[in-house]
Amino acid sequence: MPLPITPVIEVENLTKRYGAVLAVDGISFTVGRGETVALLGTNGAGKTTTIAMLLGLLLPDAGDIRILGVDMVHHRYQALGRMNFSSPYVDLPRRLSVAQNLNVFARLYGVDDVPARVSEVADELDMTALLDRPSGELSAGQRSRVTLAKALINRPDVLLLDEPTASLDPDTADRMRGYLTAYQARFGTTILLASHNMAEVERMCSVVFIMRAGRIHARGHPSELVARRGRANLEDVFLDIAREKAAP
Amino acid sequence: MTAPHTEPDFGSLHGSMRRTGAMALRYVYILRSSWPRILELAYWPMMQMVLWGFISKFLLTNSTWVAQAAGVLIAAVLMWDVLFRGQLGFSVCFLEEMWSRNLPNLFITQLRPHEFIIALIAMSLVRTLIGVLPAAGLAIVFYHFSIFDLGLPLITFFFNLMMLGWSMGLIITALILRNGLGAESLAWMAMFILAPLSGVFYPISTLPDWLQTIAMALPSSHVFEGMRAVMFGGQVRLDLMAWSFGLNLVYLAGGGLFFLHTFRIARREGLLLRAGE
Repeated sequence: MPLPITPVIEVENLTKRYGAVLAVDGISFTVGRGETVALLGTNGAGKTTTIAMLLGLLLPDAGDIRILGVDMVHHRYQALGRMNFSSPYVDLPRRLSVAQNLNVFARLYGVDDVPARVSEVADELDMTALLDRPSGELSAGQRSRVTLAKALINRPDVLLLDEPTASLDPDTADRMRGYLTAYQARFGTTILLASHNMAEVERMCSVVFIMRAGRIHARGHPSELVARRGRANLEDVFLDIAREKAAP
Repeated sequence: MTAPHTEPDFGSLHGSMRRTGAMALRYVYILRSSWPRILELAYWPMMQMVLWGFISKFLLTNSTWVAQAAGVLIAAVLMWDVLFRGQLGFSVCFLEEMWSRNLPNLFITQLRPHEFIIALIAMSLVRTLIGVLPAAGLAIVFYHFSIFDLGLPLITFFFNLMMLGWSMGLIITALILRNGLGAESLAWMAMFILAPLSGVFYPISTLPDWLQTIAMALPSSHVFEGMRAVMFGGQVRLDLMAWSFGLNLVYLAGGGLFFLHTFRIARREGLLLRAGE
């Protein structure tokens, strides 16, 4: 009998409304330690809102979030030091050099030996040559690596990624995926990622949640979802769910 | 492999100071990254000083009021700059985070809003000194007027004006957080409403009675009245300083609560995610 996976992220009946729009509608899920889980959904499905609530940037209207055993609505600071986040849509300050940006974030996260950690993470992501360059002068691919370096600076136990390979060329995207997979295997990091790249999700994730209109409409291992719906791949499953008529 | 040992005690004073220091370091990096910005900080106060220096020189022979206390207008313009730059330094550092869409990155760390505010206050102090000290030096060289001759009261004038600048900065940045970058011009404009009411260049008694009542509710009015008391009669008015300090405590508490309340609204409405749009 397999050992039960310790839940690192526990979400129960999470709800968020913006005026008349119900952005997240009572979703519940758990993510176990060392798992890589994807949140899929069309634009406006509620993925970013869910991630923002997990990070404490957004207060839920109802529901509970526990990360690493901490109630995120009331005591988020106890967990935030062991979490991090990366998104191509949340930039790092462009006028600071890469090293300065990493230096500031390492201090904010309370990293002990800041210069050593900055140098180490730069080395791991093959970006030592970028350290003295202003963040605003980097290419999209370089910026993504720097954003990921920021997200790994405190070696988080929980890593939230919003479209980690968006705007990257296939080669850079592949390297990024390879790096994340190796990193997770090495440190047992729990990863929750939102993505529109189905091949990426099939390659990286053990569990997928497909959201539509604020609800989770399907969940399971990618191959299991594909088999259950009798489709050729995850993209077809995604399209089926995205195009299903909403229940009255 | 270096283990990135992180702060074990999340709410410790050491952790708090470290995060506040990290934010201050960020603003120092920004300041250092552009020498025209440093120059700009000193440029406007120096130009004001040159202008008001000549006006004072002219009025010394044409105004009996100015003739009684040479340098009163120069002192006033320097003090006004302390107030204006105090607020602007606070608000511009906040705006840097809005412009670079960095608020989500900051507030997914353990950075507390009050630590952020303390860093903004520290940088406002640094930016004000960079702006005002060269102008004060210029007044000594060109007009033989030293603001430092005001002696110890100068320290209370300075900190009372800075405190009001921070209170206004808290209110203005909260409004920018609430309304987005469309409201950023508040950082440059809002303080000017205080200039006529604070009696920067004339006694409060010049104002109509009903405006005098409003003026007396402003900490800055008591500072400028106190400054004139020192310059015209050599009198240190402790009562005015006490009023100013007391009012400042109320304003700072009000500004801080307003900022924290707005921050909570921002978390409820997702404004931190949209900051910069």
